[in-house]
Amino acid sequence: MDVQKVKDMAKKMRRRILDISHSCNVSVHIGGGLSIVDIMATLYRCVLRYDTKNPAWEDRDRFILSKGHGALGYYSALLEVGMISEEIFATFQTNESDLTAHPVMNIPLGIESSNGSLGQGLSMGVGLALAAKRKTKKHRIYVLLGNGECNEGSVWEAIMSAANFKLDNLIAIVDNNGFQNDGNSETIMDCGDFSDKWKSFGWNVSSVDGHNISELYNAFVECNVENKPKVVIAHTIKGKGVSFMENNNEWHHNRLTKVHYDQALQEMGEI
Amino acid sequence: MLEITSKNARQWSRLGSRGVFGQAILSLAETKKNLMVLSADLGSSSGLSRFKNAYPDKFLNVGISEQNMIGVAAGLAKEGSVVFATSFAPFIAMRSSEQIRMNMGYMDLNIKAVAIGSGIAMAFLGNSHYGIEDASIMRSIPNLTVVSPADCVEIVKAVFAAAEYEGPMYIRLTGEANNPIVYKEDYNFEIGKAITLREGTDITIIANGTMVYESLEAAKILELEGLCATVVNMHTIKPLDTSVIDKAVASSKVIVTVEEHSVIGGLGGAIAEYKTTLRNAPPQLIIGLPDKFGKVGEHRYLLGKYGLTAKQMADRIVKQYMYLGLYNKQ
Repeated sequence: MDVQKVKDMAKKMRRRILDISHSCNVSVHIGGGLSIVDIMATLYRCVLRYDTKNPAWEDRDRFILSKGHGALGYYSALLEVGMISEEIFATFQTNESDLTAHPVMNIPLGIESSNGSLGQGLSMGVGLALAAKRKTKKHRIYVLLGNGECNEGSVWEAIMSAANFKLDNLIAIVDNNGFQNDGNSETIMDCGDFSDKWKSFGWNVSSVDGHNISELYNAFVECNVENKPKVVIAHTIKGKGVSFMENNNEWHHNRLTKVHYDQALQEMGEI
Repeated sequence: MLEITSKNARQWSRLGSRGVFGQAILSLAETKKNLMVLSADLGSSSGLSRFKNAYPDKFLNVGISEQNMIGVAAGLAKEGSVVFATSFAPFIAMRSSEQIRMNMGYMDLNIKAVAIGSGIAMAFLGNSHYGIEDASIMRSIPNLTVVSPADCVEIVKAVFAAAEYEGPMYIRLTGEANNPIVYKEDYNFEIGKAITLREGTDITIIANGTMVYESLEAAKILELEGLCATVVNMHTIKPLDTSVIDKAVASSKVIVTVEEHSVIGGLGGAIAEYKTTLRNAPPQLIIGLPDKFGKVGEHRYLLGKYGLTAKQMADRIVKQYMYLGLYNKQ
């Protein structure tokens, strides 16, 4: 694993996110897209198995973006690895586009499921993991959730069932950026210690810095405890990479004006 | 495949809709290699005890978590399984309604959501367990096919047809043990194609579920009153077989719809929606459950309370006929 390569990809993805957020000229979910960039770059550069020439490859790892509003972090990764083209990426949030604010299932583009309604992706992940086991397939299922999303009761139904079915081919990732739509998660719905909660539900838990590529990589590839699903609690910064967006929930869903776009690019330097 | 004979029809009728559903699934498993049946801890109550013992690898109990069940079903369906996800009507159609919308509607995945004991079959279990709004909700979700079999034979036919049908489906089972018999021998069942059971020139009665039998009985009573009724089994509420409605509009003076479902949004609603697009459509009488949560009771008792027995239906149709000034009894 080449950390620098992943960092380069993450940097390019952040630039892509800023470019498209500005050019589409409408409000976009930017904060929660930026918080998952390092997770997505690590996954798509050196963890997930997929074939850009054959997106429907049966043995591909399955990735589900359960926090569907993180779409910008998803599409920019798919763009960087060549799963979707520049032309398609450029249509983001325009009329009739395949790429909208929340993913729409599109296997040729590498988009595994339709999301946008929070609390549903992990259940599908459980089904995908069960199906892989039944077919004695070796691929893994990765599901990325938001910390706010974990307010949904259905998430905990899925957590309970994954442990019950001993799905050691299932890896959940929580993008724990500490915010949700209305603000700070601790003040809205304090979920306490995620690690303790998932552990008590029977999961193998890794808690990592969600912007540290090595930590993320190790957590993803470390051998799973047999018969236990794994969760990676990734501590992230909402809006990561753009100083005025970091930990500023005004950028949960906002329009990136020229002034702010220029300011962000200046910070980011040459890419 | 289970054999459709009059003897089996009688036996299945005694068994009731859940038991027959379980038998159909058990039989289906013999040939359907990629079958998966999911339950949210109501396996035995859904007639699946024998099935889960015979095919433990095709049965999955997800615990009391209907929302999770539909998501798990989606994952399995995406990987090629034909999935029947089962629960009582309100729990599957309403508790997991949005999961159905996302996974079966939006993603169009090959899941059959089966509502056990819909309508008012749950009797003393009460309104919490009744399915009075489910057809209305399910049919408004894009991509979903909605089927409500007429009797136990048709439950068998529908289960086998559903397994071969590529796409999401909501199957609404009505009736309980000693379900009245409509079919005594094999017949052609095709999803989306209504079946005309009886031809008449004055009235067309369109029904589904338990109300098909009552409609046939009502037509016999109407005949004594000098009124000839066509009776149609509209087992598929969506997509609606509009050719039957076109025919009814052209030949009947009144169209009657009957269902063990709220008068809002079910079969009656679906037909009314279509009829409004037609020129010179006759008036429609929508017979169904009232838009309220009433006191509970035995299935048969409640059918009587709400005017869903053959005699009550016939009386209401005659009244409507008179009200419309159409009645010239010889």
